[in-house]
Amino acid sequence: MTEDHATPVADTPDPLLEARGVSRVLSGTVPVTLVADIDLRVGAAEYVAITGPSGSGKSSLLYLLGLLDRPSEGEVLIGGRRTHEMSERDRAHLRLETLGFVFQFHFLLPEFSIRENVMIPMRRLARAGEGAMRARADELLDALGLADHRNKQPDQLSGGQRQRVAVARALANEPPLILADEPTGSLDSKSSEQVFDILRKIVEERGKTVIAVTHDLEMAARMHRGVHLVDGRIVSDERFVTTPAA
Amino acid sequence: MNLLLRIAMTHIRGRLRQTVVSILGVMLGVGFSIAMASLMEGSQRDFVSQLIDAIPHIQVTDEERQPPRQPAQEVYDAVSFSGLRVADDRRGIRNPVAVRAGLESWVDGVFSPALSGQAVVRYGGKDVAVTLTGIQPRAEMQVSKIADDIIQGSFFNLESTASGLVVGDGMTKKLGAHFGDTVTVTSAAGLVKRYKIVGLFHSSLAQTNDTIGYVPLKAAQILFERPNVINRLNIRLTDVNDAEAIAARIERQIGYKAVSWQEANKSLQEAFVIRNLIMYTVVGAILLVAGFGIFNIVATIVHEKARDIAILKSLGFYETDMQVMFVFEGLMIGAAGSLCGWALGYALCLALSTVQFQVPGSTDSTFLPIYFTITHYLIASAFALASAGIAGYLPARRAARLNPVDIIRGAT
Repeated sequence: MTEDHATPVADTPDPLLEARGVSRVLSGTVPVTLVADIDLRVGAAEYVAITGPSGSGKSSLLYLLGLLDRPSEGEVLIGGRRTHEMSERDRAHLRLETLGFVFQFHFLLPEFSIRENVMIPMRRLARAGEGAMRARADELLDALGLADHRNKQPDQLSGGQRQRVAVARALANEPPLILADEPTGSLDSKSSEQVFDILRKIVEERGKTVIAVTHDLEMAARMHRGVHLVDGRIVSDERFVTTPAA
Repeated sequence: MNLLLRIAMTHIRGRLRQTVVSILGVMLGVGFSIAMASLMEGSQRDFVSQLIDAIPHIQVTDEERQPPRQPAQEVYDAVSFSGLRVADDRRGIRNPVAVRAGLESWVDGVFSPALSGQAVVRYGGKDVAVTLTGIQPRAEMQVSKIADDIIQGSFFNLESTASGLVVGDGMTKKLGAHFGDTVTVTSAAGLVKRYKIVGLFHSSLAQTNDTIGYVPLKAAQILFERPNVINRLNIRLTDVNDAEAIAARIERQIGYKAVSWQEANKSLQEAFVIRNLIMYTVVGAILLVAGFGIFNIVATIVHEKARDIAILKSLGFYETDMQVMFVFEGLMIGAAGSLCGWALGYALCLALSTVQFQVPGSTDSTFLPIYFTITHYLIASAFALASAGIAGYLPARRAARLNPVDIIRGAT
């Protein structure tokens, strides 16, 4: 890690996302600790990399932050709301409104067009009319350089393009927070570069917060903040460059 | 939600061949259930209509439901009597004209008084027991369809021939007698009269054919030595379904036992219930099997589309959304199968209704009785949809519980 120009993260006031003493233990005959004692506060318009060796609990932490999993101990707050006592249904609704996900695999529905895939979260939220949703999907696809592919099916696109569609889908409901789990894990270096570029633009131009798990330290170094995990614990949390919000 | 249904449609389209097979399964189930139900109910209705055509809707007899109260019971308050010599009661419905007039004022139907008793018919040295019924031909014709079974002569000959007799051809065969022959009839009391066979009928019921004989009412009253008495009042109602209520009211009014056709054929009704029970069990079983096909396909889709489920759930779809989606898939197959099944069922019914068959030993052929009613279609569909819904629900529950993290971790 390029630690020469890094500074430790001072406290983030009024965090968008907060983990308080979060641990996750898989129960079984031999309990496995995925993450332990995680305290993390992430504010608006941050671009955070979660790094660490394989099995260090990066993805597990992301799933806990993204309400896809429940911590064994501690709690996760989103926008100041405590999510621990929420029902699965309320957590799902919170994900729909405030979180966008990008995974290593694109997870586009193969039977739907690119535009339809981007519209899926909007349709679930059902706040806008058909026309408005369509316009928003097209706008997102244009911004991500996919204007010519709106009506194509996912299998007609390259891996990098599909991943960009996944980013567009994550942005569909204008969530303040995008969580990416190895978003470039299955892409070549050129496409990876593009995706990280897009994610940075999302932070810098749209004011979103992006938290990305990556094993690519070179990419991580170009993000704004790096959280390094070893054996499920945060060993370092540093800001690489000054973000506008900080 | 519209989107869920659209996703469900793509799942089904993606498994077209399996879906078609499942739909065929439901279609066959629904189609054959409908055909079977139509045939069952058709034959049942056919049977009942033949039955209520053949027998009076209400039969008032000279019996009473309770044993008559004895004079001693009126005088003494005792728990029980023994060795009591009961009062001799003259049998028969007394004052039939007044009784009949009292009923005719409110019962919507036609009446036929009759007096029947046991007698022996003798011809050429052969004796055959007969249940001899004295009737007024014109009234009896309105109440029973026995006139339809006449093969020679006429019931109306009984009006012109005071000593006329109408019997079944089974009896004449036993006696060796023929139409126009004169036979000797001996009553239980030993009175002997001669009657001429002025009519022959043929009934498909062997017992009726072999043991029933009709004479004019007056002749019966003379033979049985009971002038001006009847022991049966047969009533044919305009609406057969009122029979039970009317019978009960008649009984209250005149005190004699009045038996509706339903009561007289209670065991038949029970048989019908059991028949229907068996039928619906079979129908249910067929559609249950069809349900296995649906379960199979939906379970396959859930397995195949685990990634889609995972991403939809992580995007913020509810567990119930997933359930709705897969139950809908099951229901859609069930509904498509039902619709095709309706067509198949209707076609089968049409085909069956043209089938002619001959009862063994009978010369006249009849068509299979098919009863068309929307109820059969609705019941079959309800069964099909219920089984499809359950078949969809079981895998749907699994889909709803699926943990997206497990899939996302495993996917590459």
